[in-house]
Amino acid sequence: MKNFSKFLLMMAFVGAFSIANADRNNIQIVGSSTVYPFATVVAETFGKTTDFKTPVIESTGSGGGMKLFCSGVGPEHPDITNSSRRMKSSEFEKCQANGVTDIIEVKVGYDGIVLGNFNQSEQLQVTRRDIFLALAKDIPNPDGSETLVPNPYQTWKDVNADLPAVKIEVLGPPPTSGTRDAFAELALEGGCKTFDWVKAMRKSDKSAYKAACHSVREDGAYIESGENDNLIVQKLRENPKAFGVFGFSFLDQNSDVIQGSLIDGVAPEFENIADGSYPVSRPLYFYAKKAHIGVIPGIQEYLNAFTNEAVWGAEGYLTDKGLIPMPDDERSKFGNDVVNLIPMTM
Amino acid sequence: MNQVAFIQQGLTRRYRAEKRFKTYGLAAIVCGITFLVFLLGTTFFNGYTALLQTYISVDITIQESDFDGDLSPESLSKGNYLGIIKRSLRETFPEVTKRKEKAELYRLVSSGAQYDLREKIVENPELIGNTTTFWLLADDEVDVYMKGRIDPSVPEKNRRLKDRSITWIEQLKEQERIEKNFNILFFTNGDSREPEQAGILGAVMGSVFTILVTMLLAFPIGVSAAIYLQEFAKKNRFTDLIEVNINNLAAVPSIIFGLLGLAVFLNFFHMPRSIPLVGGMVLALMTLPTIIISSRAALGAVPPSIREAALGVGASPVQTVLHHVLPLAMPGMLTGTIIGLAQALGETAPLLVIGMVAFIVDIPGSPMDPGTALPVQIYLWADSPERAFVERTSAAIMVLLLFLVAVNGLIVLLRKKFERRW
Repeated sequence: MKNFSKFLLMMAFVGAFSIANADRNNIQIVGSSTVYPFATVVAETFGKTTDFKTPVIESTGSGGGMKLFCSGVGPEHPDITNSSRRMKSSEFEKCQANGVTDIIEVKVGYDGIVLGNFNQSEQLQVTRRDIFLALAKDIPNPDGSETLVPNPYQTWKDVNADLPAVKIEVLGPPPTSGTRDAFAELALEGGCKTFDWVKAMRKSDKSAYKAACHSVREDGAYIESGENDNLIVQKLRENPKAFGVFGFSFLDQNSDVIQGSLIDGVAPEFENIADGSYPVSRPLYFYAKKAHIGVIPGIQEYLNAFTNEAVWGAEGYLTDKGLIPMPDDERSKFGNDVVNLIPMTM
Repeated sequence: MNQVAFIQQGLTRRYRAEKRFKTYGLAAIVCGITFLVFLLGTTFFNGYTALLQTYISVDITIQESDFDGDLSPESLSKGNYLGIIKRSLRETFPEVTKRKEKAELYRLVSSGAQYDLREKIVENPELIGNTTTFWLLADDEVDVYMKGRIDPSVPEKNRRLKDRSITWIEQLKEQERIEKNFNILFFTNGDSREPEQAGILGAVMGSVFTILVTMLLAFPIGVSAAIYLQEFAKKNRFTDLIEVNINNLAAVPSIIFGLLGLAVFLNFFHMPRSIPLVGGMVLALMTLPTIIISSRAALGAVPPSIREAALGVGASPVQTVLHHVLPLAMPGMLTGTIIGLAQALGETAPLLVIGMVAFIVDIPGSPMDPGTALPVQIYLWADSPERAFVERTSAAIMVLLLFLVAVNGLIVLLRKKFERRW
């Protein structure tokens, strides 16, 4: 009798777990918070216009998404991960080691990173070197010697005599954000590289180079403001002297309140980001597991839906949400990869 | 000084101290009530407008040429309903001809209206060939304007709804072609990126399933553990150790339980992400210590005379506990359960790591379907940039409060039923 009840209890547990393990019939997507607003719109439309279930999308950040995505093949692992940067070779190797061998890489479009302020204030014209000098934690010694000194600049005029005598005050995302990573990589490092001796350091001491070029000052000139867009708009409106760092889709939605600064003489406008002349822009991606196609229903159809001209094309509905579409030839290349399910190579 | 005068002097001082003490207590209560009224007041003030939703009436002529094929249900569901709506809007406002103006005109109506129309046509194919008046879901910007939360005197440059759209809305108002109705969608839809289509039902069902799993696991396990520890276990170093650990666990931050759930349920047992079953199991682990501690206290408060009397008339230890001690301890146990479940209902941190903080449109039909929970939904909406989500966030808070009141009410009812006095 006692043994029998033990047996029953065990059966109940095993039963519960095996039911829970039953095949998943919805697509599971993880990854970047920058791609999230685009992916959710596509997923919702996909759910409404097809007989498949609406994909479930978690915003875990690019790195967190890659970790989940590469942990293995099977219904308990996500099918697709969004990313605001390309997959790193270390992540690719980890994927391979865990049996995720055939990965379909889809570039979705571009996103520009904007340095903006209240549109009643003066529009700023800066170079990436100015941005680096204004926001880096340590900068090359202004006397010309090859040493780094803590950033001494207080106003934009100190950085570059052509800029207004306004205190440096920049609101931006915290280090956990992909936007911050891309801003550091494209804007700060872009300015940092203009110093020849710092650039030479890249070969001799890579970690020192990275520390010099990617560190943001912590003395109050750069204010970490979380990732809440509404908050940054409110603050820029209340403080006309402050600047903010955010994605282009945000400028696009709030062009009635804020304006973007010209960087290296180029304004953050749709056309300039699309043709690559705006220097601070990055590609957005998503990655899908080929092994899951045919196992989890709807993946192939979701990929096709995303790469439809009416969605990611020059006039597609994602452009209304602020996505910068790719040039035609790039779109047809990635569209072709999706149709023929060609796995990526590193 | 005689003794009476001395005592008199002391008395007035003691009365004063007593009065002061009462005032402090009263001030604390007043302070608490002020905060509560302020919180509920702002939530209600921001949220009550979410109960209404704007609809626009449009005369729509549906032609057979709008569909490819034989007008079977399948070909009907593939029709170009967006095109039909756009054409009807152009007919309603014939003066709009420029491309940019037309794009603005189409934006008066929600992108979800085409799916409503599709549903209606598939159900009633006889509407094809006729002109019918449909009430179409209005866009969130229009809705916010109709609720008086956009000030038209602000310069056009500084608001999202442009002068032209406002003129159209005023025209529609004069023709009584725009009106606010009860927002049934808010209670029947799942989440959406478009505020006017976003609903709370997905999150409510997610919370129901999660809390059901939590209750079914935590209550029996917690009560059994408490009975064993309090009534049957020998008092030795080992049980002391267990007791200390349980008390410790009650103070562990909830995210730790989430990480435990991730390691055990997802990574070891390979259960799927984002399902209320796992959420409920994680929250059950979190509420167990609370339930065990309060249940033990309730058992300890049952007078020993009850036990002795039962044993004295020949009841076995198990009968003593089940027939006499447990019913008397039940009200106290239920109080502990209320506290534990209320805590679990408001939790988001442990759900984050097991994937329940996600964009989920489909309404879960079982604990095995992907789902979110009410507090998660509130967090996701509060983070959304669209203005119309502000009122929906507050409305969701009200729904969460009602849900809490319902769950607590149920348990208070049960407690009243078990309550005994001796």
